[in-house]
Amino acid sequence: MLRTRTHYGLTAATLAGLMLVTAACGGTTRGDADDSGGAEAAGEADPNAEIPEGLAISYLPKQLNNPYFTYANTGGEEAAEELKGEYKEVGPSEANASSQVSYINTLSQQGSDVIVIAANDPDAVCSSLQQAQQAGSVIVTYDSDTGKDCRDVFINQATAEDIATTQVEMIAEQIGGEGEIAFLSATPNATNQNAWLELMEEELAKDEYADIEVVDTVYGNDDDQKSFNEMQGLLQTHPDLKGVVSPTTVGLAAAARYLSSSDYKGDVTLTGLGTPNQMKEYVEDGTVEEFALWDPKNMAYLAGYAGASLSAGRITGAEGETFEAGRLGEYEVGADGEIVLGPPTVFNEDNIDDYDF
Amino acid sequence: MAPDVTTPPAGGTALPPRPAGQRSVLQRVLATRESSVIGALLVSILAASLLVDGFASGRNSGFLILDIAAIALIALPMTLVIVTGEIDLSVASTLGLTSAVMGQLWVIGLPLETIAVLCLVLGALLGAVNGLLVTVAGLPSLAVTIGTMAMYRGLAYVILGDQAVADFPFSWTGGATARLSGTPIPWIALLIIVLAVVFGLLLHATPFGRSLYAIGSNDEAARFSGIPVLRTKLVLFIASGTVASLAGVFWTLQYGSARADNAFGLELSVVAAVLLGGVSIFGGKGALLGVLGGVLLLGTIRNALQLADVSSDMLSIVTGTLLVVSVVLPNAIERVRARRRTAEPPS
Repeated sequence: MLRTRTHYGLTAATLAGLMLVTAACGGTTRGDADDSGGAEAAGEADPNAEIPEGLAISYLPKQLNNPYFTYANTGGEEAAEELKGEYKEVGPSEANASSQVSYINTLSQQGSDVIVIAANDPDAVCSSLQQAQQAGSVIVTYDSDTGKDCRDVFINQATAEDIATTQVEMIAEQIGGEGEIAFLSATPNATNQNAWLELMEEELAKDEYADIEVVDTVYGNDDDQKSFNEMQGLLQTHPDLKGVVSPTTVGLAAAARYLSSSDYKGDVTLTGLGTPNQMKEYVEDGTVEEFALWDPKNMAYLAGYAGASLSAGRITGAEGETFEAGRLGEYEVGADGEIVLGPPTVFNEDNIDDYDF
Repeated sequence: MAPDVTTPPAGGTALPPRPAGQRSVLQRVLATRESSVIGALLVSILAASLLVDGFASGRNSGFLILDIAAIALIALPMTLVIVTGEIDLSVASTLGLTSAVMGQLWVIGLPLETIAVLCLVLGALLGAVNGLLVTVAGLPSLAVTIGTMAMYRGLAYVILGDQAVADFPFSWTGGATARLSGTPIPWIALLIIVLAVVFGLLLHATPFGRSLYAIGSNDEAARFSGIPVLRTKLVLFIASGTVASLAGVFWTLQYGSARADNAFGLELSVVAAVLLGGVSIFGGKGALLGVLGGVLLLGTIRNALQLADVSSDMLSIVTGTLLVVSVVLPNAIERVRARRRTAEPPS
């Protein structure tokens, strides 16, 4: 008994020792000033620099086997082919915060010239991206940005303003410029969603939309069933409702599913942000006339050109620089290294079959 | 694998194998599971160095070590837990909860030094909850820790939601991944080695350690022979929780991001590494050296295959197969041996 007790003592001492090791003296609190490990963009841009053949352009999506990125990266492959580069797509099978780090390290170790990444966690990947930069890789973020110290440029799929105006234009046109409308959003605290809702309200406050009234905003939490129920609730509470805007793909698809089998079909307009594959059947059966989203393929395509231009030294990522992006034409680098893809693409009966995502 | 290779039958397979007592010390060492794991590790390192571009570099080994650091830390107490025939599946959630708490405490303005200590205390408490449910309530640890796995992860989301706290000072985040001066080896490797020695000595060189094997082999018999089974298990769960929290503090600083979903699913990698290292899931068998070999082997294979552009799906298949083989093969060998033994003519 005595022996075992000493050993418990030993174990406890080990544990206590463990704690003390980490508890060094002093105190580092949030208020303390601190240096950040950011890398500075340097050098002069040479717009006429040649893009060398055989650039290794690697795409690191949030996760592999995600239809959105699989489709998007066909654009990356297209860009790499046109640039005579070597295209590669790697990534984790789970979209975890830190799961991309080992892939970044691997790409850096392989000497990839351009790393195009959609960050699962803007912070977790930062230091490994900076290390890759120091080792000579150009970092382009697409779809989901990191901090601006962690990459050279960010391909912004669409500005919040463009997303808001496009949706307002669609709903206004489809309901004939007057009547009650409502929003079906994701979660009440989703930053993106709230920014878009606010901008849409601002847009709707303009004189040309004076006859349109927003009567309700409901939240489907990006849950299919909840969104379905919320849509049902909306239509029952507001019998005069003319239209619903759902700026979330989950919400839009669920709302369309409800609408297509309800008596309101044809009377109530539904639009928002959605993917062509999810919405195809509802466009074909007339539930939804048109909806919008950026074209992820063009986003990845633009990222490839931006990365190659950076790698070749045509641009440095500074504001105001311009570069050619193949079939998409000329683009300009905005503030904080952001390159905006352009206004969202509107999908309807005529073009929906051209997209697969 | 090793056992068959190292005891070549003198005159063909028809002869019965020599009784264990006649084998030399070297043969017995070579016949252990951990030596086959270490052997497999050396072979994969050699093969990867020769075949995979960019594998054999200091920079890459630094990446590799950082990749497996959390798994290696958590695997140490996990080995002791599994040797006693129990399991702790809540470790990754403990890590996530620690990370969330760490972020929240940082936001309210506590100094990081205090936070680190509080996090370890939290880990000990979370481990104690597991331990008490297993010992006092007498529930199977598999059920208990599946429950707390969900519970701790849920708590983490309650505390931090899907937000991230990421404004930790660079002196700490950069410090977490800092290399030992003049080498490409991250300092965390030192901490892993120190803790491995501590846990290794505890398991292999103390009566406490021997009592773990006794408990794992036969819980009842151990109790009757005077081993405080319940208290021992409680201590192990507390150790497991504490080290998981230590890994949580490190993880948060390593990635510079406190999030509720940090290390989601990591418990499976830890258990896989421990089993691959030759620890029996039924308890009573295993060595810490083998587990370290298992962690490194999984890390090496993953790193090398990634560098060789093998897709992540293929990677899961390879590591999964390896695990199944490592569990099935020794069993199969054991069965063949048993059959031979029974087939032995009476002398």
